[in-house]
Amino acid sequence: MLKYFASRLLTFIPTFIGVTLISFAFIRLLPGDPIIVMAGERGMSPERHAELTAQYGFDQPMYVQFWNYLTGVVQGDLGNSFVTKRPVWDEFFALFPATLELSLCAMIFAVALGLPAGVIAAVNRGKFFDRALMSTALIGYSMPIFWWALLLIIVFSGILQWTPVSGRIDLVYYFPNASGFMIYDAIMSGQSGALWSAIRHLILPTIVLGTIPLAVIARQTRSAMLEVLGEDYIRTARAKGMSPSRINAVHALRNALIPVITVIGLSVGTLLAGAILTETIFSWPGIGKWMVDSIFRRDYPVVQGGLLLIAVMVMIVNLTVDVLYGIINPKIRKR
Amino acid sequence: MTEMSNTPSRPSALREFWYYFRENRGAVIGLWVFGAFLIVAALAPYIAPHDPTMQYRGNILQPPVWQEGGSWQFPLGTDPLGRDMLSRLIVGARFSFFVGIVVVSIASAGGIIIGLLAGFAPQWLDTIIMRLMDIILAFPSLLLALVLVAVLGPSLTNAMIAIAIVLQPHYVRLTRASVMSERQKDYVTSARVAGAGLMRLMFITVLPNCLAPIIVQAALSFSTAILDAAALGFLGMGAQPPTPEWGTMLAEAREFILRAWWVVTFPGVAILITVLAINLMGDGLRDALDPKLKRS
Repeated sequence: MLKYFASRLLTFIPTFIGVTLISFAFIRLLPGDPIIVMAGERGMSPERHAELTAQYGFDQPMYVQFWNYLTGVVQGDLGNSFVTKRPVWDEFFALFPATLELSLCAMIFAVALGLPAGVIAAVNRGKFFDRALMSTALIGYSMPIFWWALLLIIVFSGILQWTPVSGRIDLVYYFPNASGFMIYDAIMSGQSGALWSAIRHLILPTIVLGTIPLAVIARQTRSAMLEVLGEDYIRTARAKGMSPSRINAVHALRNALIPVITVIGLSVGTLLAGAILTETIFSWPGIGKWMVDSIFRRDYPVVQGGLLLIAVMVMIVNLTVDVLYGIINPKIRKR
Repeated sequence: MTEMSNTPSRPSALREFWYYFRENRGAVIGLWVFGAFLIVAALAPYIAPHDPTMQYRGNILQPPVWQEGGSWQFPLGTDPLGRDMLSRLIVGARFSFFVGIVVVSIASAGGIIIGLLAGFAPQWLDTIIMRLMDIILAFPSLLLALVLVAVLGPSLTNAMIAIAIVLQPHYVRLTRASVMSERQKDYVTSARVAGAGLMRLMFITVLPNCLAPIIVQAALSFSTAILDAAALGFLGMGAQPPTPEWGTMLAEAREFILRAWWVVTFPGVAILITVLAINLMGDGLRDALDPKLKRS
C-alpha cells in the first residue's frame, strides 16, 4: 500500500519539474527579445531595456534562470502581471473561486443527471429509453460548447428573457465578495433577491460547462452497469428473488461506480478547458477568461503562471484519483 | 492443401469488419453523412453558389429563404457583411476536413513511432518518453493549444500544429500499451529467433497487430481536432477572418446573435453534424474492431 503511494508520488515530482520547464520555456520561446515583446509598440530606451533585462534575469545563463524560476515557483512567487502589476499568484487565487464555483455546479449538474441516465439506459438496454438517452448523450459529447452557449443565450436570454446574458450577479446588488463564492456571499449579505440573482446568472454557464461531462458520465455509467449486470453475483441475487430495483441500486450501481468515479476525477481537465470557452462567452470573471484576456493583452507572466498553476492543479487531482482508486481497488496496487 | 478447400473459409478481414460495422445502424448513418461532407468538401468551389468572400452590400443580414425577406439568391441568408452563408458553409467544410486530416496524420504518425520506440526501448528510455507524455497530458488540451498558438502566432496552420502536439500523447500511450502486450506473444519471439531485425519486428511484425485501437483513436481525434480548431477559431486564435472556417464564422457572428439567428445557428449545426457523424463512425469502428467488445 505505502509502496504504491510512494511510487505515485515519485512520478509526480519529475512531471512537476517538466511542467515547470514548459511554462518556463514559454516566454523564452516567443520570437524576438522578450523585453521588447512585452513593451509592445511603446518602445523604450536602451538603459531601461538593460535595466529590465537584468531585473527579469534574462542576462543570466539558462540553467541559472530556470533554477531561479523553480525556486520562486516553489515559494509561490510567479512574478507580477505586466498590466496590473499585482503578483500572478494573488490574481490567480482571487479569481479561482469563481471558476471553482462554476465547475462545482457543472459537475453536480453532470453527475445528478448523468448517473441516473446511465443506469436507466443500462437497465432498459436496447429499448427505446436506452436508444433515446444514448443518442442524446452522443450529441452532447459532440457538442461545440461555444456554439451551444450562444444557442442557449438566443433562446433563454433573447427570446424567453429568463436568464441574464453575462456576469455573476445583477449590478443593483452590492456586497463585499469576501469568499469569492457568489452564492455563499449572496446568502451572507442578507439582501433579498441577491441569491436568486446569483443563481440565475449561474444557470446557463452551468449547463454549458456541464454538457460534455454529463454525456461522458452517462455513457460511462451505462457501460459500467452493463458489465456489472452480467456478473454471476447479480444472477445469484436475482435467483434469490431480490427485487430488480434493489439489485440495480445496491448491488450493481455500487460496483459500477468505480470506473465512473475515475471518469469524474479525470474530467477536471476537461472542465478547465471548457471553462476557457464558457467564461469567455458569459464574461464570467474566472481563471479561464483571465487566461484568454492575458494572452490577448500579451501579459506573459500571467499566461506563464496561470498555465503552470492550472497544470499543477490537474496533476494534483489526477494523483488524488489514482490514490483513491488504489484504496478502492486493491488489484491496481499490485501492478 | 487442396483437400481443405471445401471447408468454409474464414471470411476476409475486410468483410468480417463490414459485417460487424453494418450491425451498428448509427455507424452506417455516420459513414453516409461523413461521405456526403467529404464530397461537399472536395467539390466546394464547384457547388458553392457564390464566392465565399464576396460582399453583397445591398443584402446585409438577409434571412434564409423560408423566412420573411429571404430569397433563393441566398438560400441560408447572408452574414453581417452581406456574404452568402451557404457558400461560406460549403467552403468551410474544406477547412474542417483539412484540419482533421492533417492533425490526425501528424499526431498519429508521431505518436505511433514514439509509442513503438517506448515499447521496444530499454526501461530508462521508456520511462523518459512516458514522463514527457505525462507532462503534456497535465495541461488541459485546449489551454495548451491556445498558449502554443500564442507563441507561434494565430493562424490555421499553427492551430493545427498545436492541436497535433496536444493530441499526440494519446497515440503514444495506446501504441505503447498494445506493443507491451503483443511483445510477449509467441509469434514475436519466433520472429526474433528467425532473425528479424528490430525495425522489422517493430513495423512489420508487431505494428499491424496494434492497429485496431489506433484506428478507433484516429476517428475520435479527427472529431476532437475539428472541435478544437473551431474553438481556437472562435477565440480568435485559429483561422483568421475572412477565412470561412466554421469557428471563425461563429466568432464574427457573435454580436448579432439576438438580431440574426441564422448567422450563429448554421455554422454550429455544421460543426455538430460533422463531429456527430465522425463520433458515430468511431463507435461503430470500435465495436467492429475490438474483439473484446464485439458481442457485448
